Amino acid sequence: MSATVAASLGRRRRRTAIVANTLSVAATVLALAMLAWILVTLLWLGLPGLHLSVFTTVTKAPGSNGGLANAIVGSLIQTALGTAIGTPIGLMVGTYLAEYAGRSALGEAVRFVSDILLSAPSILIGLFIYTVLVAPLGGFSGFAGAAALAVIVIPIVVRTTEDMLRLLPVSLREAAIALGAPRWRTIVFICYRAALDGLLTGVLLAVARVAGETAPLLFTSLGNSDYSGIGQAMASLPVTIYQYAASAFEDWVQLAWTGALLITLGVLAINLVARVVVRPR
Amino acid sequence: MEHAPGERIATGVPGPAPRAPAPDAAPRISVRDLDFFYGSNQALRRITIDLPDRRVTGMIGPSGCGKSTLLRVLNRMYDLYPGQRAEGEVWMDGENILSPSLDLNLLRSRVGMVFQKPTPFPMSIYENIAFGVRLHERLSRSEMAARVEWSLTRAALWDEVKDRLGSPAAGLSGGQQQRLCIARSIAVRPEVILLDEPTSALDPISTLKIEELIDELKRDFTIVIVTHNLQQAARCADQVAFFYLGELVEAGPAAQIFTAPKQRRTQEYITGRFG
Repeated sequence: MSATVAASLGRRRRRTAIVANTLSVAATVLALAMLAWILVTLLWLGLPGLHLSVFTTVTKAPGSNGGLANAIVGSLIQTALGTAIGTPIGLMVGTYLAEYAGRSALGEAVRFVSDILLSAPSILIGLFIYTVLVAPLGGFSGFAGAAALAVIVIPIVVRTTEDMLRLLPVSLREAAIALGAPRWRTIVFICYRAALDGLLTGVLLAVARVAGETAPLLFTSLGNSDYSGIGQAMASLPVTIYQYAASAFEDWVQLAWTGALLITLGVLAINLVARVVVRPR
Repeated sequence: MEHAPGERIATGVPGPAPRAPAPDAAPRISVRDLDFFYGSNQALRRITIDLPDRRVTGMIGPSGCGKSTLLRVLNRMYDLYPGQRAEGEVWMDGENILSPSLDLNLLRSRVGMVFQKPTPFPMSIYENIAFGVRLHERLSRSEMAARVEWSLTRAALWDEVKDRLGSPAAGLSGGQQQRLCIARSIAVRPEVILLDEPTSALDPISTLKIEELIDELKRDFTIVIVTHNLQQAARCADQVAFFYLGELVEAGPAAQIFTAPKQRRTQEYITGRFG
């Protein structure tokens, strides 16, 4: 190859690199700008309504200084319960897929169904729980809301569990088995421990995902203007925001913004925790 | 090493069952007419070999010749993978270990294995060793502590780690990790230790330590080592077996194999004509 051809090739490659670089940076800036815009808007409109009374007072009629206490507590209960129900199931299914199923027909079927569930519209999951829990039992309940959230948690945990267990080297399993460890002990005491960070991250991401879900709760826990047990209709932040944001009352709209800010900060906090958890030690 | 091997046994931890030295080295494991298949692909053909008690058997041969496969038959590791099967007989203590009714976890407590790459468990140094022991025995805290010290001492690692038994095993160097894996194996008090290219991922100094360790361990354990390193086989092994294309070409005393091989293929391999 002559020197001039090499030089022109080099120039073309440099030009291509500059174009690709510029486009990547522009896309990154655009995405970050959107995020920043959302955060700034939330802070701008949500902060003015953030008083202690938001955490201490339950939702009230417009104009009577209500708060979000019952919605916050309801969200915490439903998210915690949904995660508590969904995580063990997801862990076990993910373990089955990674450790036992291999390429078997049942394994492939479970993996396929789980992936479908992962991308199912969450309102469908709400309708599903409405059909199997709410309608037969004759009423909306916090438990039904938690069940709907659990159905969303399961496929997320399944996927991360399977992925994390598959990342472990075969030699780690063989080393435990070579010592005479039964399969289950190898999985529980060696594999889970080796993949702990990843498994926790999966659960935290699932929590962050369901904490802001509205659609699955509309048909299941419905909402409540006061504190309630899990056997009754239960308030939640997303549903309250959904109802308040579209209302004509200024103080309700303000509470909706404040609620949205709270959820965002909560999810942000969970994501930060997840990052700290996976930080190499 | 300040700690005499077996010194701690007096604290209530039994060492490997004392056995009379075997001058004629009776076989600990006898492989008879072993065939091995990966699916329809035959990896071992009609292997017959004796592994003498408390001796080091070195297995050499080019990649893919079946030496690691044979190693993985001896602790039935292949059982993990559907489609792999062994036919023939492998006798150990009057029992055919290929028998389908065999308790595999018990077999693996008697036949330990150390792998090519160090495989420390994601836990402390102490727990790495206690994990294997707990699988087979119930020991009190002090007995367990004594066993951990005993096995680390035997693996020539005690002095380097005695002050940080609680720290993660992943923080050890590669050579230390490999000695930890050896300690972990002998803590279970097996009769046989299988070493699958145990030094191929280590530096020369660590390799030397492991080789000295092998020499020391053969007083109590029957050792089988797969190696690509002919010098290593010459240094460590009492008996050497040369494998080629799934067949055992020749087995015999190390000195004889390296100086006066009976087979032309062995001669060609050890002189570097192929492999």
